[in-house]
Amino acid sequence: MKRISIDPITRLEGHGKIDIFLDDEGDVANAYLQIPELRGFEKFCLGRLAEDMPNLTNRICGVCPEAHHMAATKTLDAVFHVDPPPTAKKLREMFYNIFFATDHTTHFYALGGPDFVVGPDAPPAERNILGVVAKVGMDIAGKVLKMRHDGHHLIKMIGGRPVHPNWGLPGGVSRGITEEQRQEIEALGRDAIEFGKFSLQLFEDVVLKDTKYKYVDIILSDAYTHRTYNMGMVDENNRSNFYDGKIRVTSPDGSEHAKYDCADYREYVAERVEPWSYLKFPYLKKIGWKGFVDGEDSGVYKATPLSRCNAADGMATPLAQEAYEKMYNTLGGKPVNHTLATHWARLVELLYSAERWVELATDPEITGEDYRVLPTEMPTEGVGSVEAPRGTLTHHYATDERGILTKVNLIVGTTNNNAPICMSVKKAAQGLIKKGTVLKESLLNMVEMAFRAYDPCFGCATHSLPGQMPLEVRIRKPDGQIVERLSQYID
Amino acid sequence: MSEKPKGKLALYWAASCGGCDIAVLQIGARILDVAAAFDIVLWPCAADGKVRDVEKMADGEIDVCLFNGGIRTSEQEYMAQLLRRKSKVLVAFGSCAQEGCIPGLANMNNRREIFDSVYKEGSATTPENSDDVRPQPETEMPEGTLHLPVFYDTLKTLNQTVEVDYYLPGCPPEGDMIWTAITAIVEGKLPPPGSVIGANTTVCDECKRTRTEKKIKKFYRTWQIKPDPDICLLEQGLICCGIATRAGCGGLCPEVNSPCIGCHGPNDGVQDYGARMMSALASVIDSDDPEEIEQIIRDGVPDPVGSFYRFSLASSLLRRKKRSTNGNGAAAATKTKAS
Repeated sequence: MKRISIDPITRLEGHGKIDIFLDDEGDVANAYLQIPELRGFEKFCLGRLAEDMPNLTNRICGVCPEAHHMAATKTLDAVFHVDPPPTAKKLREMFYNIFFATDHTTHFYALGGPDFVVGPDAPPAERNILGVVAKVGMDIAGKVLKMRHDGHHLIKMIGGRPVHPNWGLPGGVSRGITEEQRQEIEALGRDAIEFGKFSLQLFEDVVLKDTKYKYVDIILSDAYTHRTYNMGMVDENNRSNFYDGKIRVTSPDGSEHAKYDCADYREYVAERVEPWSYLKFPYLKKIGWKGFVDGEDSGVYKATPLSRCNAADGMATPLAQEAYEKMYNTLGGKPVNHTLATHWARLVELLYSAERWVELATDPEITGEDYRVLPTEMPTEGVGSVEAPRGTLTHHYATDERGILTKVNLIVGTTNNNAPICMSVKKAAQGLIKKGTVLKESLLNMVEMAFRAYDPCFGCATHSLPGQMPLEVRIRKPDGQIVERLSQYID
Repeated sequence: MSEKPKGKLALYWAASCGGCDIAVLQIGARILDVAAAFDIVLWPCAADGKVRDVEKMADGEIDVCLFNGGIRTSEQEYMAQLLRRKSKVLVAFGSCAQEGCIPGLANMNNRREIFDSVYKEGSATTPENSDDVRPQPETEMPEGTLHLPVFYDTLKTLNQTVEVDYYLPGCPPEGDMIWTAITAIVEGKLPPPGSVIGANTTVCDECKRTRTEKKIKKFYRTWQIKPDPDICLLEQGLICCGIATRAGCGGLCPEVNSPCIGCHGPNDGVQDYGARMMSALASVIDSDDPEEIEQIIRDGVPDPVGSFYRFSLASSLLRRKKRSTNGNGAAAATKTKAS
């Protein structure tokens, strides 16, 4: 049987590898996405002080340490049975939305955007943020850099450090903000709202109004469609929330499958182990694992910006709600199971996070002195979830009576999407490899586009500045001899 | 910057979180100066990755390689050896490459224990994984054989794997320090090989808090007290590692009322960061009664490894928890049959 190995030479070289097998007819028999890395946090955190977890687990990911820091901090609230005061919750949520807006900016402009803005058939050397700038003007680069700079500046101001903040505690945070700081946070937040509006307008002008590539048709095409369950966190009105709420799962047709407190995650989510990958495959426990397949009967689910939009009834801020409605009206109503629409959903979320950032920065309680309450009960066990940019993130710890960790389980954002990403890769390959004929350039880009929509973070993959994902496809004979080699960004 | 002919620069990541690469990007517009002085021949995070081209280079053809991350798998070991051979100057960039960092805490366990925890005892895998499936270096699937790099028993630092010329501390290193190091490299003003590039004072020296005499009767956990915002955190009984930690960050964590956790590692001449930290703490305990001292430590420091070797276990004199077999565990890993 013929084998095609895709060895991405960027981050995914160390953290991801694709093998596509062809059958005797030359069609795709199967495709495997392998994650060749494991660090074992679930084991070596045992014996540590529970309160160290926000500072240990943020080292899982240096691109989104804020997500682990916050999930760990919320888990500590549960472990220590302490309810943080309103100021603490608001500070955390504001901090978290600043992070979200910053992270989504990076993804859209550096990674996802180039495919649309520059065009999927543009030469690879132009399909990056520099190509975006060339097409839409230098002004954009300045806006993107300002947005990222502002975000990291505020994360450091509030959380102590620009990478790996040291701020969260059971019962609150280590320090509040002053009125002077609040004013700066508000001002930069208002800029972020404008940036969010601008980004959606750019999407409309360049993507939706495009006639050359017919992007809307590409988004709606079968090659990028997976009818799976969708997961996302919602508030009491079933609107999206990234910091707190219940986990809601909707079916491929949009009906509610489950809505649960994160503490009950084990009733709803199970993890499959495959011998060929270090990364586990979560699935919906009540539906069951039926393999890497779509549909109502398969427990495979997605947890992405689009999944969050699908799983929610709407957005909690006015401009984002408008953008949300427009997205669904354009794409034919809810739910949308077209993977590439994830980029659009990410921009809806970017605008939401900026609006929420300003809502909280103008909340009278945000500068309160009451940003911490000391735990008084004996620590036991607890679960905490946030929405990471790449999916629902769940931490689960148990401790002894001194608060020393005795059990740790983590379900990380991208891990939720491990099975769907495998399926997307296989489907893209199936669409492009027929009877042994490989559509060379398209294969590379289509696989790349299938990947990028998920913003995969296998060890914080692909958050690269130029937005390139060097890929190498090696087509081998059954004896392993390489008969053909295709690549981009490599030679 | 220099007007010398352009040098060749490589950046690589092994067992790390990506934060070091983000830190490099945080030198901001100065990255353009770096691009003016160097051709970046390898930077998987931000530029073309050309491992195959690196393999084709002459030995020593790369002028400087900034290597972040520890060494946990066979693939990472290969990259460390490759880049050592091809580079004139190899810099262990950041805590993982220098000290092992937080992933190095895995040296309290071995591969089997880690796999048991992740794939068997993980609360969402039990009882679903009743067949006890584990990832394998080789798996026979109907369509062919799939390979994974071997996961070693022990995480090693870069200098336990290959010879290292310089070290840049921090988790991650701060932008200004990165810039200082790059400037020194470009201008050829490097310290003697083997040096840590950075200050040789402690975080206490740059912390803004007021210090008087440190006399501790009781250590507190961070969740047990609300510290005064202006007074030394250690004097208030919190285990702040600033006292034993190399300066360079500007005292960022104490600035937000959080104790220093020691991410910049020890100063020059200190072989074992944890031992240095323990000796510093011992000197501030306010008692001469051995029983009382023991009580203060037992109550206040329930996890000495996590508190004192958080970043440095893999590079410490201890290195790892005792194990009964030698080697890196590769033999055991490859002997195990696929489930």
